[in-house]
Amino acid sequence: MSNPDMAEPITPPAGHVAEEAADDSVAPVATVGETDPAPAADSHPVKIRSRNVDVFYGDKQALFDLGIDIRARMVTALIGPSGCGKSTYIRCLNRMNDTIEIARVSGLIELDGQDIYSPDIDVVELRARVGIVFQKPNPFPKSIFENVAYGPRIHGLAAGKTDLEEIVVTSLTRAGLFEEVKDRLEDPGTGLSGGQQQRLCIARAIAVSPEVILMDEPCSALDPIATARVEELIDDLRKNYTIVIVTHSMQQAARVSQRTAMFHLGYLVEEGQTDAIFTNPTDKRTRDYITGRYG
Amino acid sequence: MTNIAQSGIARTGPDGLSIHTSGDARKRLARRYAAERRFRRLGLGAVLLAMGFLLLLLSTVVGKAIPAFTYTYAVLPLDLAGDKINHDDPLRSNFDAIVKAAIAEALPFAAGRKQRRAARGLISSGAAVILRDMVADDRALIGAPRAIGLPVSDTLDLYFKQLTAPRRSREPQGSATPSATSDKIHIAVEDGVIGSDEQFGRDAPSHLVFINGGVVKITGADGEGLQGDVLVPLQSTVPAAQGDWRLVTINQAESARKISDREIAYAEILNGMGLIERRFNAIFFTRGASREPEMAGVWGAVVGSFFTMLVTLALSFPLGVASAVYLEEVAPKNRWTQLIEVNINNLAAVPSIVFGLLGLAVFLNFFGLPRSAPVAGGMVLALMTLPTIIIASRAALGAVPPSIREGALGIGASRMQTVFHHVLPLAMPGILTGTILGVARALGETAPLLMIGMVAFIVDIPGGALQPATVLPVQIYMWADFPEPGFQQKTAAAILVLLGFLVVMNAFAVVMRRRFERRW
Repeated sequence: MSNPDMAEPITPPAGHVAEEAADDSVAPVATVGETDPAPAADSHPVKIRSRNVDVFYGDKQALFDLGIDIRARMVTALIGPSGCGKSTYIRCLNRMNDTIEIARVSGLIELDGQDIYSPDIDVVELRARVGIVFQKPNPFPKSIFENVAYGPRIHGLAAGKTDLEEIVVTSLTRAGLFEEVKDRLEDPGTGLSGGQQQRLCIARAIAVSPEVILMDEPCSALDPIATARVEELIDDLRKNYTIVIVTHSMQQAARVSQRTAMFHLGYLVEEGQTDAIFTNPTDKRTRDYITGRYG
Repeated sequence: MTNIAQSGIARTGPDGLSIHTSGDARKRLARRYAAERRFRRLGLGAVLLAMGFLLLLLSTVVGKAIPAFTYTYAVLPLDLAGDKINHDDPLRSNFDAIVKAAIAEALPFAAGRKQRRAARGLISSGAAVILRDMVADDRALIGAPRAIGLPVSDTLDLYFKQLTAPRRSREPQGSATPSATSDKIHIAVEDGVIGSDEQFGRDAPSHLVFINGGVVKITGADGEGLQGDVLVPLQSTVPAAQGDWRLVTINQAESARKISDREIAYAEILNGMGLIERRFNAIFFTRGASREPEMAGVWGAVVGSFFTMLVTLALSFPLGVASAVYLEEVAPKNRWTQLIEVNINNLAAVPSIVFGLLGLAVFLNFFGLPRSAPVAGGMVLALMTLPTIIIASRAALGAVPPSIREGALGIGASRMQTVFHHVLPLAMPGILTGTILGVARALGETAPLLMIGMVAFIVDIPGGALQPATVLPVQIYMWADFPEPGFQQKTAAAILVLLGFLVVMNAFAVVMRRRFERRW
């Protein structure tokens, strides 16, 4: 695969952000602990509410007292230097941390007002509602069709064979992959190119009709062209899904997200409208990070 | 070295050249290449040596085993219609008498008691049983005289295969004139056919003269010719021209071999009549154990091995894979699972006879399973195979990339769905490799089966896993112990059958592995 560093587009971040900021004049800076709803709260209610979240790996604490609201049908970008807890946080949102034996999560995480760590929550159902796309494309070593059909099948979402085929075609179309693979749905999914594999993984995630899609650095293993395609796709998907994306690329965060959260050493530094964060960060660490002075 | 340390950054050798092109560097490089070449040659040598030994082993076994795949039959006209047949219940006929009568008919001159015994000894004592089984398979054989091939005795079979009584046949100069057709006779021959200083008797090489349709055993030689005893009567006393008579010399003394001169004479007469045939040894592949080499077959052991392996596989594969899945995918990693893991690894190294003792104490004495039965043997071997399968399966499961698990869990598959839909199929090739290693070892195992009585002498072909049986390696072990020379070939042939069994089993595993093999 291509070097992750190569995937960074060369667009200067500041100019890009400035353009977007010009379109959206009302952009109050949202900071840590801010409880006022954002201006667009009616159309974008809080989908996931996190309060006082601490995560431990064994004795090591990875997240400290995290509080953040993820808004519906928006792209929220999580940025910050490596090892700052971004991935740890999104893995909390569909309880993927459960698979790590030494991981321990405390605090409150609510999906539509329901505590996802409460005992009466079914993890399988939660993960069907909150899908995830990983950093490295990981299609199953099965056919393209089977990759997408697997989720709907285990959740019993398709009434019959034709129904299932329809779901697969719709998902692949929405992931922008259908035109490229429509003649070889029975070929192995692992035979696709890196960018195609990642879009296949996105198709696989949306095939189970989730409400939230978590993306853990989805473009870090892709070249700039494939990255652009996936970014277009994310922009398209936000009309129907709530998206949380972890990225190391400031440009990407600026391009695809409406809200941005800056993490540092396990703490949430600040969170707010993307344009505001990029044009007028309140915290020095954020300013240093997005201008490339460290991290 | 010091040069670098002192100069810090100036990376030049003492001769001013770059450190990578100096004379020293070239020498180092040459040494490195020499070491590589040496290693390659040693590796190649090791492989060739191993292949050489393997070839030697296989050629020895195959060379010894090939004679056992065919057997010598005497095709005798049998009276299957006469009064010796019990027409109400043909299977209760006196088949022994039928065989005896047929021998007497083929060798009418063998009238005396001694002669009759020698003649009867040519045909296997199991011939009557074979005949009875033939009739049981096909009642239509009864009712008419038929020429049917009967197995000869094991010593005669070895004689015709040139494996006993090595002999030299020649046609001496000049003609020979016998003085009579029976009893003690004199044969006038040219001088020097047999040297006058030659020893005769039971402890000296035998000389047989085949002349005028008869056989004479030479007992003395003088200037006039040869004296001898007639073993098979001659048809006439007319002089035999050169080329019409021959002298057979058997260097092994009669007292030192199992086949007598009289038997050799009778056998050669039967052969001269065209009654002796070499056929595929069906008995070896269809019958169970026997004390008679010519009646002993490997089929009972093959079936016993098959049932034993079936029980072993049916127990150890699901148990082993389930244990591995539990330990690798479900169980928490704590002190207890670590203890279990260490113990499983230790069990893989326990000598197999210990498992045999365990089987004897637990399966036979405590649970009361039938002795000598494949079910008990299979259970013991399953215990022995389990650690191998668990270790291999755990390694295979651990080698499945975690991204596959995360992908499945991430779209809401349950833990068991993840394991059974994605992880296990990907681990299957590795699991099957481990299984075949374990089962192949179990197939060749003798010691634990001796402990649970599978070394018993069992003639019947087992019809199920609960009936007494023996297995191939135990059968080989027993045959290797038998003194009859006929069993030596059987031992080698049974080893080949065991190897064939193994090849078939491995081929099956390879086919299964191919079906599961996928790229990711």
